[in-house]
Amino acid sequence: MTFGVVMLVHAEFDRAEQVIRHWVGGGCPVVVHVDSNVDVDAYGGFARSLADLETVQFCQRFRCEWGMWGLVEATQAASEMMLRNFPEVSHVFLASGSCLPLRPVSELRAFLSNRPKTDFIESATTADVPWTVGGLDRERFTLRFPFSWKSRRKLFDRYVRLQQVLRVKRRIPAGLVPHMGSQWWCLTRHTLGAILNDPKRRTYDRYFRRVWIPDESYFQTLARLHAKRIQSRSLTLSKFDFQGKPHIFYNDHAEILRRSECFVARKIWPNAGLLYRVFPRQPDSQLTDAKPNTGKVDRIFGRALERRTRGRPGLYMQSRFPNVARANGITAVPFSVMQGFDCLFPNFEKWLSGQTGAQVHGHIYAKDKAHFAGDAPIFSGALSDSAVLRDYNAAGFLTNLVWNARDTHQCIMFGPDDTQSIRWLLAHDTNARVWVITGAWSIPLFLSGKPAGKVRAEAARLQRIEHKLLKVLRAPDAHARIQICTLADFLENPRAILQEVVDEIAGHKAKEVSTLPEMADLTGLAEFLQELKNQGMHPFLTGDILADAEKRPPPTSEPKSYVVGHK
Amino acid sequence: MGAWTSYRLRMRRKRWKLRARRKGRELTAVQDRTHSIRPTDIILFCTFRNEDIRLPFFLQYYRDLGVNHFIFVDNGSDDGGADYVSGDPDVSLWKTDGAYGRSRYGIDWLTYLQDKYAHGHWALTVDVDEFFVYPFCDTRPIRALADWLEASEVRSFGTMMLDMYPKGPVAAAVYRRGDDPFKWANWFDPGNYTIKLNDLYRNLWIQGGPRARVFFDDKPSQSPALNKIPFVKWDRSYTYVSSTHMLLPRGLNLVYGQNGGEKSSGVLLHAKFLNIFSKRALEEADRAEHYSHGREYKSYVTENDTDPEIWCQWSEQYINWRQLEALGLMSKGNWA
Repeated sequence: MTFGVVMLVHAEFDRAEQVIRHWVGGGCPVVVHVDSNVDVDAYGGFARSLADLETVQFCQRFRCEWGMWGLVEATQAASEMMLRNFPEVSHVFLASGSCLPLRPVSELRAFLSNRPKTDFIESATTADVPWTVGGLDRERFTLRFPFSWKSRRKLFDRYVRLQQVLRVKRRIPAGLVPHMGSQWWCLTRHTLGAILNDPKRRTYDRYFRRVWIPDESYFQTLARLHAKRIQSRSLTLSKFDFQGKPHIFYNDHAEILRRSECFVARKIWPNAGLLYRVFPRQPDSQLTDAKPNTGKVDRIFGRALERRTRGRPGLYMQSRFPNVARANGITAVPFSVMQGFDCLFPNFEKWLSGQTGAQVHGHIYAKDKAHFAGDAPIFSGALSDSAVLRDYNAAGFLTNLVWNARDTHQCIMFGPDDTQSIRWLLAHDTNARVWVITGAWSIPLFLSGKPAGKVRAEAARLQRIEHKLLKVLRAPDAHARIQICTLADFLENPRAILQEVVDEIAGHKAKEVSTLPEMADLTGLAEFLQELKNQGMHPFLTGDILADAEKRPPPTSEPKSYVVGHK
Repeated sequence: MGAWTSYRLRMRRKRWKLRARRKGRELTAVQDRTHSIRPTDIILFCTFRNEDIRLPFFLQYYRDLGVNHFIFVDNGSDDGGADYVSGDPDVSLWKTDGAYGRSRYGIDWLTYLQDKYAHGHWALTVDVDEFFVYPFCDTRPIRALADWLEASEVRSFGTMMLDMYPKGPVAAAVYRRGDDPFKWANWFDPGNYTIKLNDLYRNLWIQGGPRARVFFDDKPSQSPALNKIPFVKWDRSYTYVSSTHMLLPRGLNLVYGQNGGEKSSGVLLHAKFLNIFSKRALEEADRAEHYSHGREYKSYVTENDTDPEIWCQWSEQYINWRQLEALGLMSKGNWA
């Protein structure tokens, strides 16, 4: 009792020879199919190199093109030859020239002889498993595919489209339920013989000849008719990327391949000399029963898929530049933007960072320079505080800042006197938390001590700019978390709003705000604003500030009557 | 794309090709070993001028990566570098005394040679101070990258140029012939690069890094471009447009994911800031053969009166490609 190997080869004959010698050395007969595209000299040389091996035979050659019927024909011919010429064979293992056995052949033989009636073939119904690339899963069984996808893509696409428009639908031969799975299987003599000698084989062959990628469905479907016991998995470790093309193994994969305890892996890079030297590994008396465990391999290739399809949000680089409207988030992680707070509280930044542990910057979009936390001239990622450099690509400056310091929550102060070109980003980035106290720009004007008549123009300018920002923030497609309140509303109850800010930034780690930051002395602000109005400049964004509002003591944090519980 | 744009770009490409053929006449073969190039060989293209001091390490670095053949254009060197390379069995050398500035900074000459020898090959086009780093470059030769790109039906591979600098004054990083320049210049700026999209050519325009931070902080738009596409499965119809920043046909410039995914990409480590730099800057500013009459070099010279310290507290020290990958300066993309 042994198993035989059917090997499909089209290139890299040196490596194929090497692997065939492993199989034969382990006592397995091999039937080789060489693609008929291979020229006579190369074929002759390859056949001669194996002439010394008696249990290696070459079968009739077919033209093998990816996704076409030739691959199935080749497999059929080689399998027939195997069953006919090597009666001792109980299982047939289908492999390619770039497959490499990882474990000793003896271990695979022991594994198979312990499971004499089991077929190992990955086989899933198309109805249940949406596996395929390109959207043609069910349709590959109901349309005709006479044209090669690889070499005649345009014709392929047009013919598919035409059939879809005409609503052509092939009838699937009675009794067949389309199944699909990995091309690389290991079937018992009984099942393979039954498939090849099926009285209706001509009907089936005629049908599958026009199915797309029949090598992934012919045996997978027919095995369901004949097999006694199917293990729906492949014994060959083979991972596919998002384009449906197999991942390649290199020297640096040696360790994970060894630990996978799979019997065979593909595809191996032909120049991966180390892999061809260390595999198949030497027989090991203790590990013969190890079960294949592909967890680590799956994780590595799963991550590659994730990186290629979704990437790292908030990263902009030479090979990732998403259209901002379609990307999954504009910046990397949540960050906060606060407008007006620092006008009210001179030491707000220090207070906030003490309350939340976040990194609190000053006005990083100020006209003179970027005021980083601690007034550093340079920040994480070697971001310069130069206003010219920053404004050259203001949005990029912000995405860089958030990306570089993505392990801490970043807060920035903002105001109508700063560079405004990041407005759109602030409103649309789902990571942005924007807090605005409207009209707070009036406080520095008031504190400057200049008469209302002198600062009137400046007040009007700041109000205009802030109004523009508010318009963008209030647009229906603004997806940032935005909180806007007027200066008057804020003064009603600063503690509640500051608590909200702290909760938002610190999350579940937030504590109840104990001390409020020291507020600027606003005595006389109401009169100042009234005077502005008298001059004809209505500071409508401040809200209605009552003359006594600024003198009112800050409300205590006693629970309001309608709040059931409180922190 | 509109038919008119398409036509315009096509004409532009034809013009560059024609121009390259004309400029090709300025070249004289010194050592032509191109007959030994095998069909699957990876070829490196490079123009240099008085770079003898850098050439030994350059050749060693790329031989270790697995480059099979080097095609050099020597633009009027007088320091013996040409003699040094022409003796090697994997080098072909042309020379010219033509004006660098009038051959699109050497690109015309290289385009001419690429047409002749690179058709159907993977071609790597770099300067003598640029060192190609790609994912897994410490364990997989450049042939593995080429095979993988080919299997994935990708024709061009994007990189960003990463300016490397020493800690301390640049003049103190004394470079000796044959040394690894990154023994001294092993610091870089990890996260201050800005990107714009060029609508016509569809390439990304990347600027920033230490050059923008130190030398161009008052005129960032003039700061040098850092996007490069040095590794291309060459076809006779291709041409570089401006240095190796972009190519025509413009589909080759789409080396970036547009829907959030990351394509595979690398970095060109740029060993510019060594002690040989200040002398060079003076010379090139005077010669005014580089981009926009050596504007870049002139601004180094004016800044350079006092030898600048480029290093800052947020500089990162170079370890390997995995570090660059983690920082987001390159990506494995789908290669694993």
